[in-house]
Amino acid sequence: MMKKDIGLFVLILLVGTVVAVINPLFLSPINLGNTANLVGLFGLFAIGQAFVIITGGIELSVGSIIALLGVLFVDLIVNVGLAWPLALLLMLALGMIMGLMHGLLITRLHLQAFIVTLCGLLIYRGIARFYTADATAGFAFGDSFPVLEWLTTGRFYGVPHSFIAMLVIAAIMWVVLHRSVFGRHLYAVGKNEEAARYSGINTGRVIVAAYVICGLLTGIAAIFLAMYTRSISPSSHGNFYELYAIAAAVLGGFSLRGGEGSIIGVVLGVVLLQILQNLVNLLGIPSSLNFAVMGSVILVGVLADSQFSEFRKRRLALRR
Amino acid sequence: MGDAFLQLTQISKSYPGVRALEDVSLDVRPGEVIGLVGENGAGKSTLMKILGGVVAPSGGTIRVDGERLPALSVQQATDAGIAFVHQELNLFDNLDAAANVFIGREPRSAGPLQLVDRKALYAQARRHLDQLGVDFAPNTPVADLSIGQRQLLEIAKALSLNARLIIMDEPTSSLTLAETERLLAIIAALREQGVAVIFITHRLTELTASADRVVVLRDGRLVGHLPKERISHNEMIRLMIGRDLASLYQPPATAPGETVLEMREVRTGAYPDRPVSLAIRRGEILGMAGLIGAGRTELARVIFGIDPMIGGFILLDGKPITLATPRAAIDAGIYLVPEDRKKSGLLLDLSIAENIGLPTLQAKSRHGIVQAARLFEDARRQMQRLDIRAPGCELPAAALSGGNQQKVVLAKWLAMRPRLLICDEPTRGIDVGAKSDIYRMLRDLADAGVAILMISSDMEEVIGVSDRIAVMHEGHVTGILDRASFSESNVLHLAVGAGMAGCKADFPEARSA
Repeated sequence: MMKKDIGLFVLILLVGTVVAVINPLFLSPINLGNTANLVGLFGLFAIGQAFVIITGGIELSVGSIIALLGVLFVDLIVNVGLAWPLALLLMLALGMIMGLMHGLLITRLHLQAFIVTLCGLLIYRGIARFYTADATAGFAFGDSFPVLEWLTTGRFYGVPHSFIAMLVIAAIMWVVLHRSVFGRHLYAVGKNEEAARYSGINTGRVIVAAYVICGLLTGIAAIFLAMYTRSISPSSHGNFYELYAIAAAVLGGFSLRGGEGSIIGVVLGVVLLQILQNLVNLLGIPSSLNFAVMGSVILVGVLADSQFSEFRKRRLALRR
Repeated sequence: MGDAFLQLTQISKSYPGVRALEDVSLDVRPGEVIGLVGENGAGKSTLMKILGGVVAPSGGTIRVDGERLPALSVQQATDAGIAFVHQELNLFDNLDAAANVFIGREPRSAGPLQLVDRKALYAQARRHLDQLGVDFAPNTPVADLSIGQRQLLEIAKALSLNARLIIMDEPTSSLTLAETERLLAIIAALREQGVAVIFITHRLTELTASADRVVVLRDGRLVGHLPKERISHNEMIRLMIGRDLASLYQPPATAPGETVLEMREVRTGAYPDRPVSLAIRRGEILGMAGLIGAGRTELARVIFGIDPMIGGFILLDGKPITLATPRAAIDAGIYLVPEDRKKSGLLLDLSIAENIGLPTLQAKSRHGIVQAARLFEDARRQMQRLDIRAPGCELPAAALSGGNQQKVVLAKWLAMRPRLLICDEPTRGIDVGAKSDIYRMLRDLADAGVAILMISSDMEEVIGVSDRIAVMHEGHVTGILDRASFSESNVLHLAVGAGMAGCKADFPEARSA
């Protein structure tokens, strides 16, 4: 664990303690379970976003992909009658293909990630709305898919499966990012793409792979979210989710310039964001202030971090 | 020459644990050119920072026009007429030349809006630029200027500030020969106008030509003060490093072997209609001289697979090979030490170990997982082998001096098995001590059978280190010189495109290769 991660962890404990003291309901099993579920859902695609941010890129279409894949998934099962495992695999493949396309547009045609994925955001959202004619896609009353439902919304000793899935994926991705050759290449490409290329790294492939991973994890999250909400209104489902993911990564110590950040950091960032949401509800703060609270905390957090590193740099310079 | 307007007396500066400067005295008179030399870390930059008002000395006095000051502030330094032309130029390349000269103090037009008075801006800028006799207009975007022209622009900026002393920190390190000549002429002209110049450089020949006197720093002390008649290359080197120049270059131990890499009619994107044919042999250092823009770097980038080859063949050990990516080149044993080490050679924020290990991570991993112990072990071995001076291999590469950084770039490749090592300006901005280390390393590699292609704009280096010199001019190899015909005039002759006929030696293989 890096120093930054420890700082964030302490902050989470602090906020958690304050909330728990003011409203003991915070620690009730139901509330903790719900919060864990949300942490799991958001964590899945935030980890994906983290891979893209490491390369110095950004993926703005996450929310729209979640809506589109969610709509398609439900539709394929309910209206087309496809077996759910097949539909699930299809959705994951589709997520990866979208990531692949973004990656190729960025690396081969040299478009900016912001623009490519902004277009993705608009296009996928549009398709999702068109596909259902803006109607809500959902399971009919009485539809039941016991295995799928157990997998996605079940609980293990009260711990939501979404949370467990997120932990498993975080563990795998931790190894990929922090221990594998590919992970080192990701950091190298994010820090200095040119030097990485001069070191023989196929930088294009590394960047594309990051978008594909992001697409895959977003696809997984889309399935979990679809099963969690069970009905998807294509115009609002997943709205702003890309921004939650980016916020979590930034809180977790990622630099949008690339080359910095850790899996533990982004997961802790997600946890903090969800606790803040929870805090708004539990402390009786008007929920319309939700975004304002979140924005302020992120601003303060990032500010504190940059001031602290400035301070450290100055102290180091003095010692020299 | 008048009296000294700037006098430094017994200046010292200590940082906790380090004495960066000790007892340094220096007078500056109007219109004199003072060469300042010393290895990196000798205290040059500390002295400059004191003159710029950035750092206060711990002891000694500064007199400006007789007025005694314990330290200068940045404002006082500017008011005293001290200006800097930095190694890394501080220009805005999105603005034009005139705007850069007056950035932050643009002439304003009358009226409530106080808009920039463009007419006055260009007129005043033109005056300063004309003073230097530059060949670009005030409205030229800086992005379109060459490095040499940018430097002149910096000097114009200094003149616009009524500078009496212009301090130039390695101004020629990225200039072509012609641009260097031009800069030296301008320094001479400045001297005529009564402007003093402190000229910091690692290229000592420039000082023999231009300086009125040379001051040598070593380990924070002023170890030598050479008046004009005593300025000589050997003397400066001896004072700087405390030993002789001869130790810098080393002759080859063995004769060159068979051809390792052969280019046949290779064409690059820079000069698509100028095919290059060239052969590099085992165990030789082939120097590659030429003016900047002659197409040397572009050729290196094609061989290393960074840029696509427009036409022709490359043969490795006589067999045609396709080098479409750096990976392909690396796998074939062809490595490149790029020109700009901070931009292309190193990941400054990453550790020394990670930089050294980056191209070979696959070999240091099991099932795709990097084995950190092997990474560090290997890095430590390389650090020892190349004498990279750093407290540990976990340190970020940014913490190292230029010479040590360059050694890290070399270490990256030496950990593998080079067949052909291409070094693009391997010692730019590096102090003499590290330079001689790098020359020795290149020679040892060549003696071990590696073919080395050394692109260099440093005449001494190219003549001192190479076994043969290929000279390029606007995309052509205009000639290849053998050791017997090495001379500055021959290299220059070919570099300006005059052809082999004028060279004072024979040369069979120039175009037959």
